[in-house]
Amino acid sequence: MARHVVLRAAELPEGESRIVTVRGREIAVFNLGGEFFALVNRCPHEGAPLGLGLRVGLSESDRPGCYSHSRPGELLRCPWHGWEFDIRTGQSWCEPSRLKARAYAATRESGAALVKGPYVAESVPVAVQEEYVVVEV
Amino acid sequence: MTVDVDPRLAVPADAKLRLVDCDIHPIVRSTADLRPYLDPCWHDYFDQFGNFLVSPYTEAHPYPKPTPALSRLDTWPPGGGPPGSDLDFMRAQHLDPHDIEIGVLQVLWPTAARQRNLGYAAALCSAVNDWQAAEWLAREKRLRGSIMVSQEDAGSAAAEIARCARRGGYAQVMVMPRNLEPMGRRRYWPIFQAAQEHDITLGCHVGGLNGYAVTGGAGHCSFYAEEKDSNGFAMEAMLTSMIFEGVFEAFPRLRMVAIEAGLGWVPALGWRLDDLWQRFRGELPAVRRPPSDTLRERLWYTTQPADEPEDPRHLRDLFDWIGWDRVCFASDYPHWDSDDPRHALPVQMSQAERRAIFRDNAMAVYCLG
Ligand code: FES
Repeated sequence: MARHVVLRAAELPEGESRIVTVRGREIAVFNLGGEFFALVNRCPHEGAPLGLGLRVGLSESDRPGCYSHSRPGELLRCPWHGWEFDIRTGQSWCEPSRLKARAYAATRESGAALVKGPYVAESVPVAVQEEYVVVEV
Repeated sequence: MTVDVDPRLAVPADAKLRLVDCDIHPIVRSTADLRPYLDPCWHDYFDQFGNFLVSPYTEAHPYPKPTPALSRLDTWPPGGGPPGSDLDFMRAQHLDPHDIEIGVLQVLWPTAARQRNLGYAAALCSAVNDWQAAEWLAREKRLRGSIMVSQEDAGSAAAEIARCARRGGYAQVMVMPRNLEPMGRRRYWPIFQAAQEHDITLGCHVGGLNGYAVTGGAGHCSFYAEEKDSNGFAMEAMLTSMIFEGVFEAFPRLRMVAIEAGLGWVPALGWRLDDLWQRFRGELPAVRRPPSDTLRERLWYTTQPADEPEDPRHLRDLFDWIGWDRVCFASDYPHWDSDDPRHALPVQMSQAERRAIFRDNAMAVYCLG
């Protein structure tokens, strides 16, 4: 496991997603209200690129006629067959114990903290005054 | 037979297959693309009136689709146009990486087959067929077309089948299960006659809008998910009509592919129809063979949307019942519910079985060899 600098934080505004490649592996990175999360860019069903999925909320209904909508933008809907995954954990909504997209730890870190190391910045040069998205792979 | 249920089962390198994909959807960038291919007699009509369909909806579908253009979100060509409109992008995203040896095109839009103005319907079908030939078949050797016909005007359909068969390049005559009457009725027989005469396969792709509720008489449903599910039983109803009306006896060389309707219902339909046939032979004297024999010997079935039983080994039971020589891979690219050939049907198969489903069965039914 190493900490990889994948993006400048400013490149990934709130609510957006980006696909990055770390050690040959495609990873989808998400900004959710200023927090960052990362999932493997590969749906456990048939392998679709999850990073292109739609960000949706959680629609529920306890009884007929009563609907609720919560957690806006926290679920990712696969761009192919529409299975939904929790951006925070990678767990699927329908079968959370069985079906999961691999999640990686993602954090926001300042350049000043990063330069103390260790970190890997293959394609993103690190400057002390900037903030970065760091993914552990 | 050992059975491996690992859904991520990788295909060994030496078993790599060239595939036949029975269901790829090309589309026009806009209907204006067809105008150059349309008989000039109809240009004014095309400009002034355009679509006037059998169902009350012209530009819309009665059930909202789950994704824009019904497609995977990653299939919009970077150069513009809707998914399926750019051959180069289709090559790069689908034909090349999946090593597709032959792909059968199924044109769904514009719905030339379902125009209420029958003269225009025939002209528009010819335009769609000429557009396929010029823009797809002439430019890409791996592709085969589908002859679009005006289903409610079987005479013009038969003439169009003859015209296209003479030209070549088409794998099938394309029809849909939902018509103004059940498809076994005699008004549709000239289509079967022409298909048999020109030795061209009949491909029935799910869909067709005739204005009736898709539930088969139970009223209009509320959700796209219900409409999607109705595809299987619309195909069942159509096949039941064709079998009980005696179509397969009247046209003994007719071959037919059921496309995009799933597979799980096929064995049960055979069991049920055999039962009815035995009890009601007096009503069905034209049916001389058990219906399950017809389903087993005259029909082929495409895989997508692949059934996903909880235990993937049950797919093997399904193939045993339907016949390993009857099941043909289809992707449905670029639609949202398309299947990736590397991951669909996650059950262990021998190399011969895999080869049959992903290539040889389609080669046989479409005479592609
Ligand atoms: S590939 Fe994601 S739901 Fe099928």
